[in-house]
Amino acid sequence: MIYLDFEKPIQELTEELEKLKSVAEKSKVDMSKSIAELEAKIHEKRVEIFSNLTAWQKVQLSRHPERPYTLAYIDAVSNSSFIELHGDRTVGDDKAMVGGFGDVDGQTVMFIGQQKGINTKMRQIRRFGMANPEGYRKALRLMKMAEKFNKPIVTFIDTPGAYPGLEAEERGQGEAIARNLLEMTQLKVPVICIIIGEGASGGALGIGIGDKVLMLENTWYSVISPESCSSILWRSWSFKETAAEALKLTSADMSNNGLIDGIIKEPLGGAHNNHAEIFATVKSEILKQLEVLKKQTPDQRITARIDKFSAMGVVHDLEEEENK
Amino acid sequence: MGWFKRLKEGITTTTTEKRETPEGLWYKCPSCKKIHTAQEHKANQHVCLNCGYHERIGSAEYFEIIFDDNNFTELHENLVSGDPLDFTDTKKYTDRLTDTIKKSGLKDALRSAYGKVNGNDLVVCCMDFGFIGGSMGSVVGEKISRSIDFCLKNKTPLLIISKSGGARMMEAAFSLMQMAKTSAKLSLMDKAGIPYISLCTDPTTGGVTASYAMLGDLNISEPGALIGFAGPRVVKETIGKDLPKGFQTAEFVLEHGFLDKIITRTELKAKLSTLLKMFKN
Ligand SMILES: [Zn+2]
Repeated sequence: MIYLDFEKPIQELTEELEKLKSVAEKSKVDMSKSIAELEAKIHEKRVEIFSNLTAWQKVQLSRHPERPYTLAYIDAVSNSSFIELHGDRTVGDDKAMVGGFGDVDGQTVMFIGQQKGINTKMRQIRRFGMANPEGYRKALRLMKMAEKFNKPIVTFIDTPGAYPGLEAEERGQGEAIARNLLEMTQLKVPVICIIIGEGASGGALGIGIGDKVLMLENTWYSVISPESCSSILWRSWSFKETAAEALKLTSADMSNNGLIDGIIKEPLGGAHNNHAEIFATVKSEILKQLEVLKKQTPDQRITARIDKFSAMGVVHDLEEEENK
Repeated sequence: MGWFKRLKEGITTTTTEKRETPEGLWYKCPSCKKIHTAQEHKANQHVCLNCGYHERIGSAEYFEIIFDDNNFTELHENLVSGDPLDFTDTKKYTDRLTDTIKKSGLKDALRSAYGKVNGNDLVVCCMDFGFIGGSMGSVVGEKISRSIDFCLKNKTPLLIISKSGGARMMEAAFSLMQMAKTSAKLSLMDKAGIPYISLCTDPTTGGVTASYAMLGDLNISEPGALIGFAGPRVVKETIGKDLPKGFQTAEFVLEHGFLDKIITRTELKAKLSTLLKMFKN
């Protein structure tokens, strides 16, 4: 178990509990009452800490190394039926972006998502979940195939951004993302996008145009990471907490601002604290949303999708104000 | 109450008044260091007479270059940005807006207008780098969105002139969603079969590149313009070595297949009207 800095009180109590348990074991003295009390105390502390998380603490949770990544969600939701499909048919196969078919209770679904590595070696190979243009083009190829065979699409978003490398620029990172934005608005099949970790900038949006865009409770979604925002606007790396607040990047803020369609509640202590529970929650949410979306015609979905994104933004018309 | 109430009294100078070049001034080219009179330089559309360096210009200059007799009708000119996040960095966003509006004579980083180009109808959305680095906020997205509605209704082709450092951070996710918004609207142009030309000028980067700037039926550019998604500094940090010469220039982007053509500013109007005719006939 890896504890974040603000989880220190929970860690201390948990260590105390472990000690108590081992003493009880060795001494054969019945300490069940003290153990139960301590367990209740840990629960209480966890509730207290997790009901008052700051924006920055949520950013930390979204990056928790024990948090499940895309392939883990796909495997659980598809009951291990996932068949991964590779390549953009042009330059290669991007390991930072995965996709393929899976069966969800008898319904074939096209799954797509950024994938972070689970160990040091895989983190390199998957470039920390930062996709290259061929990743976005693979995603689009698979989405088009889903459309052709009338299968719904579910994307899992978890990226610190699109990869800012030399070859990414040569191969048109901007064009690849832009193309996805345009094409995704016109997809005839239902599209559900779920932010499961980090939703950074155009790299996240590149697979983020959906009928339903949902955020897990302890994730973030914005135009820039709090660290980079701090370095650009405050010209220092040390304002990341302030920047995290200012950016209004949490699921609650994004929902209040009407920029996402819903929040998926995480288990107490965060998604990493109970994988089975978050997988079950995400699966039932996908099924619930698909049920609703399937009742609409492709035209209805496309129109609603375009109207939704077109309504985003806050402007004032000076002339209208004048006439009031 | 909205900050824009205070703003109304603040707007006194127009872009055209501000941009008037007094006679007798000189223009020194930052590229070749040759000096020409400001008048000569302006007559050559702010392109260096010696080396062809394209000076950065704004919407007022582009409208004058493109529209017949500088005749155009501005669209949605009274839109100003809100402050949905109540954003403050080292300065309040609303103060930044008020100051920039006063200093630049502009209301945001994009102006839209329709008029004729050698007799051909065209809507032009043109970004102004002088307004918070040409950053894309809600007003930029909304003006493009409404301009596309106008194009769809009147079957008028669209030209967007990009010149931007990318997203407007003070509008955070609202800024990000302008990429989705403009691309969604462009998909309607696509379906309707109305031509959209994207002109990338120096610089075109970030979220603008990753949305409307790269979505033209034709993507064109001015020579030497910086065009990319990630900024050169970020790419350099990623690869840990110096960038190859000419990296992310218009010429580089064309060689890699993402631009249809590089057109010098002095030829822009003629080429545009030829293309518009070819789409029509
Ligand atoms: Zn020169």
